[in-house]
Amino acid sequence: MFAVAALALLVVMAMALLRAYLGPTLYDRVLAVNNFGTKTVLLIAVMDFLSGRPDFLDIAIVYALINFISIIAVLRFFEYADKKVAEHSE
Amino acid sequence: MRHGLALSILLSAFWLLNSGHYTTLLLFFMVASVVSIVALSHYMDVVDGEGQPLSITFTLPIYLIWLAKEVVLANIAVAKCVWKGKGSISPRTIEVTASQKSDLGKVIYANSITLTPGTVSIDLEDDKILVHALDAESADGLLTGEMDRRVCRVEQ
Amino acid sequence: MMEIILDLVSWIFLLGGSFFCLTGALGLLRFPEFFSRIHAASLTDTLGASMILIGLMFQAGWGLALPKLILILIFSLLAGTTASHAMGKAALKSGMKPLDMQDDGPKDEAEEEQPWKP
Repeated sequence: MFAVAALALLVVMAMALLRAYLGPTLYDRVLAVNNFGTKTVLLIAVMDFLSGRPDFLDIAIVYALINFISIIAVLRFFEYADKKVAEHSE
Repeated sequence: MRHGLALSILLSAFWLLNSGHYTTLLLFFMVASVVSIVALSHYMDVVDGEGQPLSITFTLPIYLIWLAKEVVLANIAVAKCVWKGKGSISPRTIEVTASQKSDLGKVIYANSITLTPGTVSIDLEDDKILVHALDAESADGLLTGEMDRRVCRVEQ
Repeated sequence: MMEIILDLVSWIFLLGGSFFCLTGALGLLRFPEFFSRIHAASLTDTLGASMILIGLMFQAGWGLALPKLILILIFSLLAGTTASHAMGKAALKSGMKPLDMQDDGPKDEAEEEQPWKP
């Protein structure tokens, strides 16, 4: 039954990637990548039970932290970069 | 002092739950790292009521139970919108007033708004929160101000 | 007997969580603009993730796996809301307007000038 959840999560991740590819604006892509990351955390947690290896949960915690920090970092980065783009386009 | 103690207990519990090995050497490492982190936080001047909000320890759980119920209901409503398609949503932007006194209360309120699907707080200035709502129903639910009152009660 | 009940409950939670995750991903593809898509993403972040993790908790039993799952749950809820708020705020500050705040003026042109289009 963990296989069902893992499969559903993989489908969700594929759909998030599709949104990241289609997404008309930068923020759509960031949103899709964030969604992809949170689903990765869940997938790792499910894989822990699927494969019976108890140390995957630690990786899931670390991945959750990294994902959050990276999204905030990307947003901060484009907060300043975007202004230059706006200035050039005017 | 109270806050430093709370931080130490929290950090020790975090270490003990995550490690799973209880040998003398690792317990010594635990004490060493907890002491150094608390000292570092003390020098950074973040060991206070804002970092370790002890005052809401007992009022928060009641609120969280109510919030969980709201989140489940809102999730079902938004899921319906997704399956019905584009026609069922009417995005709108509203402004609500946060009547909490402390910054902590405002943060709890804004975070609760975001946690509930259908409403996302996109800006917070002084005590005005700009909220993007997915449809009229979730916007009206927020404008009744029940969540605001409950967060005020947590704060006391 | 007890194990069968636990299995059943955990099945229900896992399937429910998978359903909500799929719904959220569908909304992510289906909704018309960025600010609506945040709502769809928060759908998978809150109930989808919580239900899958609670389903796993029923399987984990009383052990060290349980507090770790609870930690992941608390952290994903906190981080998810903060990330949603940060994205909404950054988008608003960069000049993107929600549908009902767009006055006139062709907003689409600004979007097409983004150099990240594939």
